Amino acid sequence: MGEEIVRALRGVSLQIQRNEYIAVMGPSGSGKSTLMNMLGCLDTPTSGRYQFNGRNVAEMNDDELAAIRNREIGFVFQTFNLLPRSNSLRNVELPLIYAGIDPETREERATQALVDVGLGDRLHHKPNELSGGQRQRVAVARALVTRPSIILADEPTGNLDSKTGEEIMALFEDLYYRGNTIILVTHERDIAAHARRTVHLRDGVIESDERGFVPRLESVAASYGRQ
Amino acid sequence: MKRLLYEVGESWKIAAAQMHSNMTRSALTALGVIIGIVAVTLMGTAIGGISTGFDKSMSIFGDDVLYVGQWPWKNVDDWWNYRDRKKIKTEYAEPLNRMIAATPDSNLVVAVPTSGLYRSVKYADNEVSNVLVRGTVSDYIITSTFDFMEGRFFNEVESRGGANVCVLGYDVADALFPSANPIDKSVLINGQPFNVIGVISRQGSFLGLFSLDSIVVMPLPAFQKYFSAKSDSDILVKVKDKTKLTEAKDELTGLMRRVRGLSPEQKDDFSINEQQALKSTLDPIKNSIAIAGLFITGLSLFVGAIGIMNITFVSVKERTKEIGTRKALGARRATILLQFLIESTALCLLGGFIGLSVAYLMCFGIGKAFPSFPIHFSFGLVLASMTVSVLTGLFSGFAPAWSASRLDPVTALRYE
Repeated sequence: MGEEIVRALRGVSLQIQRNEYIAVMGPSGSGKSTLMNMLGCLDTPTSGRYQFNGRNVAEMNDDELAAIRNREIGFVFQTFNLLPRSNSLRNVELPLIYAGIDPETREERATQALVDVGLGDRLHHKPNELSGGQRQRVAVARALVTRPSIILADEPTGNLDSKTGEEIMALFEDLYYRGNTIILVTHERDIAAHARRTVHLRDGVIESDERGFVPRLESVAASYGRQ
Repeated sequence: MKRLLYEVGESWKIAAAQMHSNMTRSALTALGVIIGIVAVTLMGTAIGGISTGFDKSMSIFGDDVLYVGQWPWKNVDDWWNYRDRKKIKTEYAEPLNRMIAATPDSNLVVAVPTSGLYRSVKYADNEVSNVLVRGTVSDYIITSTFDFMEGRFFNEVESRGGANVCVLGYDVADALFPSANPIDKSVLINGQPFNVIGVISRQGSFLGLFSLDSIVVMPLPAFQKYFSAKSDSDILVKVKDKTKLTEAKDELTGLMRRVRGLSPEQKDDFSINEQQALKSTLDPIKNSIAIAGLFITGLSLFVGAIGIMNITFVSVKERTKEIGTRKALGARRATILLQFLIESTALCLLGGFIGLSVAYLMCFGIGKAFPSFPIHFSFGLVLASMTVSVLTGLFSGFAPAWSASRLDPVTALRYE
């Protein structure tokens, strides 16, 4: 499938390749959220281009953007954003409904996604019956279930204690080793340290773009061990 | 197409879950629609009932009888043109009948004269006032639609001879003889004794305005002997074939002109009326009542719809973040629009269903309590009120659903 090229935000020029693990960092007001909204096709740039899998997102209408979000982007939010009255399975199935997938396939894929994040035994629990970490795992499963090109995580550990946060980061590590592209938006250096590339934003401009991070040994070992 | 189907299915599930988790709120909101649907449905049945009663009242006049009178049975602006017309006299019946008999293939059967006045009727200590006392001939029975509860109508001999006999309407008989049999009893009308020979079975009232049972019928000569000759008179003419009413009317007009001795250039100085004319005069009144009734009850449904609209707006506001999440996961505008439209429609359908059940029970109760009131609870009404419920749901849900579908996903996601 080619490359994902991004050019946005007051002269910001950014190019993200398939199977990159990138963290976007910056203080509040740095344009981090705007960048994330652009990348997630929630918003379109007023000027400039955002090329996604070879298509210019800036020219798309609302329904085309919705379709891109549905198929190509998996969102993981700080506040999980699960539907409170639906169980894990139904939450994970939701993007598949919007994709027009039939009920049997839906359930099968949602179940698999939940098993993949280690929640095979929590399929019929509602969000209020799950711990914070489990909720975020459901959200990750929901992001994965459509097999998107990008997983876009906005402060995924912001509402979790550090131990649970580490568990979620280990999950991302795992996803990365399975070939997913992950974009992490965070202001925590510890969390950003998991990524292979870190982009620092300040006042809508890229301050630094560092590559060549060596992953911590134990998470690599864990990932290899599972494969 | 398939996606739409799944989305609709999903929306119904959300709607059910939404109602379930906000039970009190949903019930209170639905109550507005319930009241509206009950009001509209009951008004519908009442209008149906009035319409049936109206047609029943009309049938008293018979659709094969022509009425010769001074006035037409319709609204006239230039009433002074009619005021100076000569009165219709009972004597006209005789030449009319002679001419009818002389005409081969006449469309007319018989002409019957009637005269009427309001008097009180007494028996022993009982008295009924304002009774229509009608003088006529024995052929009157041919032009009428009534049956006899007891006894008989007066025969030709009594009719011609002007015997002091009379037939009582149901109400009169009931008031004068609460427990006894009125046949062969002597009642006093204007101080004159009349022997009761029959009682007419119950006719009901005309449009619920005046009773058709407060009547006494007697032979015309007796009527003329004891009561003022100034009373208003009509000639009733029975038609042979009611499909040829127009021809019959033309024929009768010709005969009446001969009786009146009008020259060809003179206008008719009488009116020939029929049930249909009365109906076409009264139908617009009936329709205005129906429209006004449905409009007023429709207002209560409208208030219910506003309640639904309001609650859907609240629901959209409360779930702004959820809408943002759904949009992030790939819900299109149409998906969100559909979801909230279905939620408001589900609420209205629930209200409609309960309202209809309540209305049905009330109709059943009214039907039991007042068997005479013609109440109609038809399948068409069920269909109509369910359609109205769905339309109310779509109407009231549209504005909030539209605003939800237009929400910017970024703003919605940030909403707390």
